[in-house]
Amino acid sequence: MAMAATQPVIRPLADDVPSSPAVGAFGKRPHVTIRGLSKRFDKAVIYDNFDLDIPRGELISVFGPNGCGKSTLINMIAGLIPVDAGQILFDGMLLSEIKFGYVFQNYREALFPWMRAFDNIAYPLKLMKVPAVERKRRTEALVTRLGVKLDLNKYPYQMSGGQQQLVSIMRALIVEPEILFLDEPFSALDYEMTLFMREQLQRLFMETKTTTVLVSHDLEEAVYLADRVLLLSRYPARVADFVAYDGERPRTDATLSDPDFVRIKAHCLEVFQREVRRS
Amino acid sequence: MTLTLRKFDPLLPLVGVAVLVAVWWVATAAKWVDPVLLPSPATTFEAFWKGMDGGRLGFDFMKTVYRTVMATMIAAVIAIPLGIILGSSERLYRSLEFVIDFFRSTPASAMFPLFLVLFGVGDETKISVAAFGAILVILFNVAYGVMNARKTRLLAAKVMGASPLRVLIDVTLLESLPQTFVGLRNGVSLALVIIVVAEMFIGSQDGLGHSVFEAQQLFDMPRMYAAIFAAGALGYALNLLFLLMERSFVHWGGK
Repeated sequence: MAMAATQPVIRPLADDVPSSPAVGAFGKRPHVTIRGLSKRFDKAVIYDNFDLDIPRGELISVFGPNGCGKSTLINMIAGLIPVDAGQILFDGMLLSEIKFGYVFQNYREALFPWMRAFDNIAYPLKLMKVPAVERKRRTEALVTRLGVKLDLNKYPYQMSGGQQQLVSIMRALIVEPEILFLDEPFSALDYEMTLFMREQLQRLFMETKTTTVLVSHDLEEAVYLADRVLLLSRYPARVADFVAYDGERPRTDATLSDPDFVRIKAHCLEVFQREVRRS
Repeated sequence: MTLTLRKFDPLLPLVGVAVLVAVWWVATAAKWVDPVLLPSPATTFEAFWKGMDGGRLGFDFMKTVYRTVMATMIAAVIAIPLGIILGSSERLYRSLEFVIDFFRSTPASAMFPLFLVLFGVGDETKISVAAFGAILVILFNVAYGVMNARKTRLLAAKVMGASPLRVLIDVTLLESLPQTFVGLRNGVSLALVIIVVAEMFIGSQDGLGHSVFEAQQLFDMPRMYAAIFAAGALGYALNLLFLLMERSFVHWGGK
């Protein structure tokens, strides 16, 4: 390893890592199909004719150089920002026809401080005109199912950062979404809470098997949680690699030293650094 | 030593009051000032107590309370919805910003003659001039509260499928509430100032402004000081009332 650092050897990117092309590789119908996606901010072309398939029931981590458009990608898929061109379909349907959840990085600004945690979680149901009794029943059912230990009578500002983000995630899950987007959900938390929340997210995912797209700025986290890691290039963003990791769940601290995990993480890092250097 | 004293900290605000009364008492007892110009604390308090306890001062006090509260309520009813509309469209607000700022900067007392022509010499004039002043202050604050609503929170509601109207009712309005209360507090203070001035000079027969002015004309100094303190107490109480309302409505404020 020390040799490699001082004397860089040019070798083909590891063939022993299972990666798939961006489009049409899952042998089953993809959940999300993105075709011809284009987006520019002023003069910067962030996406230019970008294609991607997202498989169903998997947790996809999106990782790439700073400012490459990781968040822009999920924000466009989730309809938070408009696309300049291109089409995004969910099993052939439009965003307006499906149920989805979105978790913001900044939970402090995303939750409603005037509502108790319970009402925050149930708010999407209120928008769907679900009666109060049913809202209560479904929220309680979600809490039981996720095994979350939280006092839902508290207001967000009475909770820790991790608890608040957990409430945000539950608010996204209450509608039983077909797809869940998370934009760097743990980056505002301290390390201890981040580790705890990773476990929570993994449990939620194992429990619900909801297609999940997670933007992460932490490679270890990205690989640890993912079924597939989507590595993006600098903008205009291309798929630099789409790496599968099938480590058994639940993954634990032991996973971090598992040879497969280490190999895939090293591979992702190599791709990432190659993309960072390419300017 | 310091620790045992700490438990008396809530009483600290009383220190200033005690010092003020003490200096006042010494100044009058030692005859540093003419007792006609500055009566003793005891004489003044007696005038205050007699006036408030079923006397003339109590009546004037209630008149001023009524006018100030009316003016503030009218201002709030007009300014809050208008502020929400203006704040919802930044371009609309920018087009009217100069007009609002101009009249917000115009001393409301300069409008007395105009309002006298419009409404005559009755209560309507005093209340409407005060309301006019308060409207602009409240409007300005509400509009800014709406414009500065956290974008993430609006986006969060939108992404959950809330219609623009629902976003306005469920998020924008509550987001603007702290700033709205700032406007209400400033508005009620301004309304009180305008009402008291109007009571002094616009052919008024009652109210605290009239009371101060009349006592001065009659050289009844204890009564004049009593009326000034009544006005001060009213201003303080109104501000406190709105602060307490704010704390119970906007429990999340500053957190």
